[in-house]
Amino acid sequence: MSSTRAPAVEARQLIKTYPGDVTALSGMDVTVETGTVFGLLGPNGAGKSTTVKILTTLARPDSGTATVAGHDVLRHPDRVRRAIGVVAQNSGADPVATGRENLQLQGRLYGLKGAGLNRRVDELLDRFKLADAARRPVKGYSGGMRRRLDVALGLVHRPEVLFLDEPTTGLDPEARTAMWDEIARLAGDEGLTILLTTHYLEEADRLAERIAIVDRGRVVVEGTPDALKGELRGDAVHVELREALGDAGRTLLNGALTGLPGVHEALFDGRRVSVRADDGAAAMPALLGVLERAGVGVAAATVARPSLDDVYLRYAGRRYAEAEAEGAENLVLAGGVR
Amino acid sequence: MSAAVSQTWYMTQRQLMVFARQPAYAIITLIQPVIWLFLFGNLFKKVVELGGFGTTSYLDYLVPGVVVMSALSSNMWAGMGTLDEIQRGTLDRFLTTPVSRAALMNGNVVNNGLITALQSVIIVLLGLLGGADYPGGIGGVAILIVASVLLGTIFGALSNALGMLVRERESIIGINTFLLLPLTFLSSAFMAPSQMPGWMRHIADFNPLNWAMVAGRSAMSEHPDWGVVLGRSGALLALAVAAVWLSIRTFRSYQRSV
Repeated sequence: MSSTRAPAVEARQLIKTYPGDVTALSGMDVTVETGTVFGLLGPNGAGKSTTVKILTTLARPDSGTATVAGHDVLRHPDRVRRAIGVVAQNSGADPVATGRENLQLQGRLYGLKGAGLNRRVDELLDRFKLADAARRPVKGYSGGMRRRLDVALGLVHRPEVLFLDEPTTGLDPEARTAMWDEIARLAGDEGLTILLTTHYLEEADRLAERIAIVDRGRVVVEGTPDALKGELRGDAVHVELREALGDAGRTLLNGALTGLPGVHEALFDGRRVSVRADDGAAAMPALLGVLERAGVGVAAATVARPSLDDVYLRYAGRRYAEAEAEGAENLVLAGGVR
Repeated sequence: MSAAVSQTWYMTQRQLMVFARQPAYAIITLIQPVIWLFLFGNLFKKVVELGGFGTTSYLDYLVPGVVVMSALSSNMWAGMGTLDEIQRGTLDRFLTTPVSRAALMNGNVVNNGLITALQSVIIVLLGLLGGADYPGGIGGVAILIVASVLLGTIFGALSNALGMLVRERESIIGINTFLLLPLTFLSSAFMAPSQMPGWMRHIADFNPLNWAMVAGRSAMSEHPDWGVVLGRSGALLALAVAAVWLSIRTFRSYQRSV
């Protein structure tokens, strides 16, 4: 059914640079089908939040086009704003106002009023388990309660497209699981399209029907979580070496490893070697044998089902944790809290 | 149009609530002028003997001075509130709703105007209690209050624009500390114009704070010079409109930078 309708979000070749030559987006393409949950996955500084800011009319791209709910974000930002709900990283509920007051004001900004507004506010307070706290100032809320209020604020006018920018960052594990359940329930709402950004691989895997992996301001690969993981056939065998290899050693070892039966690929990343094999456990002895004959010391070896982290390594050419660290460093270099 | 008006009201309400629910902040804003009134009233009591003040009681002369100075000093911090809202994410949340940009800024303006008016009324009443005399009556006092609200609007809007542009508390603190006393003392707030050095009097002619001062004092005198009152108030109004317009424009440059 979704294929017969126009996409809820369509962004083409978005480019955005910030002062000081910081490239946030370098040709970002995103298409989200109506009624689906789409995850933008990437480390800090990859360009996820900038993409959301452009799609929600907050920031303007240097070039490129985007439509949301059928409206051009540059030409008709007012129409886009009526159609979307936004839950930013800091949604800024008024700390002095109560949960109910925050929701009422938000509703009024969309033109809701009177009994209709009150009914909608009660409904959301119930749904997000905030009814008991409704008359207390938000500054006394826990992190999880605040985040649930943020999501409720984004839904008050029944938007067509909901943007969730890192919905669980900073939440404790219990509150995170509760938020996941809530988002999964939202996804069942008729016709609601959700675009969520996250830097948790697990979160994207669990919530999104389609995922785009973002690195250095553009999408490096896109697909369903299963398809992305399925592309990495078989198991992942991770071997930790005692010391990193030189280029010559890598080439040599690469040939020897991929020559083994049932082994498809070997990726080198510092002291770490990741090998893809049809049956990881069966390939392990031969694999260790190759390493031993080559005189390479092994510190540890594990067999795992492929994770999104492996997908990330394959397409972004580096481990997720490294990209995270580099992203954080770039943010500091750019002097930028954005 | 009616949507813009009701949105402005929602935004005003929201800010008034913050003011009302933070009693410590509200009380300090309202009490600080009282301290000025008391300190300056006692410190400069005898300068009235120099002549040129148009009264024999320094308190008569001082009340409009403190009203105008307080309007300036409380409004020039408006940008700090805007900065808080930016950092908390509140401004971004509003900017992604259909609310009009003018309503966002005008909510600030109306809220600050109401607080300035309340603050001014308290100072005038306290002056009355201390024995000050207002020959221009209620009408004169009303014009003083309108002039201070306009002055407050100018500096409140500029402070908001600055907050959105530089996004640093330090800049706002620096500029405010730098401006408050020079603007106050380069005016007839505490000293009769005839007692001021000539060059200071000339600079004061270009000081919006002095415009509010001159308009308010003239309206409160026994024989107001309506030409002066209207001229200075008109200039304040024009500047206020320009400053608010500028601050609404600043949203665009803010949106370019996020």
